[in-house]
Amino acid sequence: MLKYLGRRLVELIPVLLIMSVMVFLIMYLLPGDPVMLMLEGQSITSMEQVEKIREEMGLNDPIYVQYGRFLAGAIRGDLGTSARFRRPVTEVILEQFPATLRLSIAGMSIALVVGLTIGVIAAIRRYSWVDTLVMFLSLFGVSTPIFWSGLISILFFAFRLGWLPSTGTGGWKGLILPAFTLGFAATGTIARLTRSGLIEVMSQDYITTARAKGLREFWVLSRHAMKNAMIPIVTIAGLQFGGMLSGAVITETVFSRPGIGRLMVSAILWKDFRLAQGAILLTAVSFVLVNLLVDVSYTWLDPRIRYA
Amino acid sequence: MVISRKSEAWKVLAVFLKNKGAVIGAIVFICLVLLALFAYFIAPYDPLAVVPQESQQPPSRAHLMGTDLLGRDILSRVIFGARLSLLIGLVSVSLGATIGTIMGLGAGYCGGRLETATMRLVDAMLAFPGILLALIVIAALGTGIRNVMIAVGVSTIPEYARLTRGSVLSAKEEVYVAAARVIGCSGFRIMFRHILPNVTAPIIVLSTLRFGIAILTASGLSFLGLGAQPPIPEWGLMVSMGRTYLGKAWWMSTFPGLAITVAVIAINLVGDGLREAFDPRLRFR
Repeated sequence: MLKYLGRRLVELIPVLLIMSVMVFLIMYLLPGDPVMLMLEGQSITSMEQVEKIREEMGLNDPIYVQYGRFLAGAIRGDLGTSARFRRPVTEVILEQFPATLRLSIAGMSIALVVGLTIGVIAAIRRYSWVDTLVMFLSLFGVSTPIFWSGLISILFFAFRLGWLPSTGTGGWKGLILPAFTLGFAATGTIARLTRSGLIEVMSQDYITTARAKGLREFWVLSRHAMKNAMIPIVTIAGLQFGGMLSGAVITETVFSRPGIGRLMVSAILWKDFRLAQGAILLTAVSFVLVNLLVDVSYTWLDPRIRYA
Repeated sequence: MVISRKSEAWKVLAVFLKNKGAVIGAIVFICLVLLALFAYFIAPYDPLAVVPQESQQPPSRAHLMGTDLLGRDILSRVIFGARLSLLIGLVSVSLGATIGTIMGLGAGYCGGRLETATMRLVDAMLAFPGILLALIVIAALGTGIRNVMIAVGVSTIPEYARLTRGSVLSAKEEVYVAAARVIGCSGFRIMFRHILPNVTAPIIVLSTLRFGIAILTASGLSFLGLGAQPPIPEWGLMVSMGRTYLGKAWWMSTFPGLAITVAVIAINLVGDGLREAFDPRLRFR
């Protein structure tokens, strides 16, 4: 497995390099001068001042030199200085990242627990009301904009019922609504996949054998059926987690929660491009690593998958 | 047995019409298109008309969806918002489909280094989850509706490229491609005249599903302040502007958000129906 992991990491290098080029090019493709955009609203005494800042930032160097500097810095963990905060970008984004991670993990946990449970029930009780619920949940989950479902949940649970806070700050209570909002879209997808995966697995011969041997239905499901149905669910769960990292962008804004998503959007609006670059790069790399973990987990779930 | 394209199209339509959900989705979508086309005649008020004395009125007979902070009729703004959302969806999906399909065709047909380089680029683009790719483009180009269309279009390119390349790889081995080569057709002609029409079905299905996602992404960007700017009646922007008054004027955010949900549900139902209809296992029963 370690050999497979090493090989996959090596295969990821060209993908990570191209991603870094795309993120780097944000500064380069800007209409207008990036220094002028950053200094917008501030008093500029002379063009010499602007030119001096350009020289200090290395913006007069050839593009490949600038990219090399950006890449070398990124590998070392140095993503430059934030124009807004006047602090290293790495420091600023590492302060915010744990909050996003907490929210994403909470959202994913809710999606998995609720999605798997109702998916299993829908598979066992086909054509029942649970089955219909799964179908509607799945459709609504992927069709409803996250920002709207978040606001509706605030309207009911915070303003009308007063059960939970309207903002996402303040301990575990402040995490519930944002996590449910974030997990809502994934819940339907996971439920639908669990249902279809289980239905396929339950029709296999080894399930009939297990039942013929006298095993109770609970053990048939948990020991034999679920493990085999898990591979597509794990794949989608991995992709959904990545979706949560990006969905957190909107959820953090709706619930006024700190986090890297909100920081990313603010950095773009403030035209703090180094900060925007750093935040986007960190989120993208996290997503790639999560997918790698998902790939590696297949060997545990299905020992027939042999990686040379 | 030769199956004509016309009879195939009828078979696809027949399977589609058997799907009740797809038919409902199609009806709702057609209503949205009609609303968008005839907005100037259907909307009861001017969507941009500011009437301060009618600020934040709840839903009533005069204003079925209430009014916003500046006294503008929300129903009229939702109707005009349909024009914008459908336009954004159409332009961005067309942009992504065109560029992505050409990339996939070229990569799949030519193979070799072109294929490797193209698919590595596609993998890198797919490595950015959800809205992130669109955010990169917005960060580079700036805010506004035109840039939202480009951003959302760019974020759809990798899926089309991957889908087309996969379809081309299998179509490339077909007899009709070998025959076209033998009679001297150029690579360009083989790709666009012979292979492309046979990979159109999955592209159509993907386009309907991406249309819904394009509307969601575009409205999300506008909600964040990175897309449409006031006073444009864009659904996501309207939800954002009503956010601060959620407690006392719930209608300001609720109705535009509901419009987005209904539109995307309709499009997804149509997409699911088309996916079933294009499934050869169902058509040739």
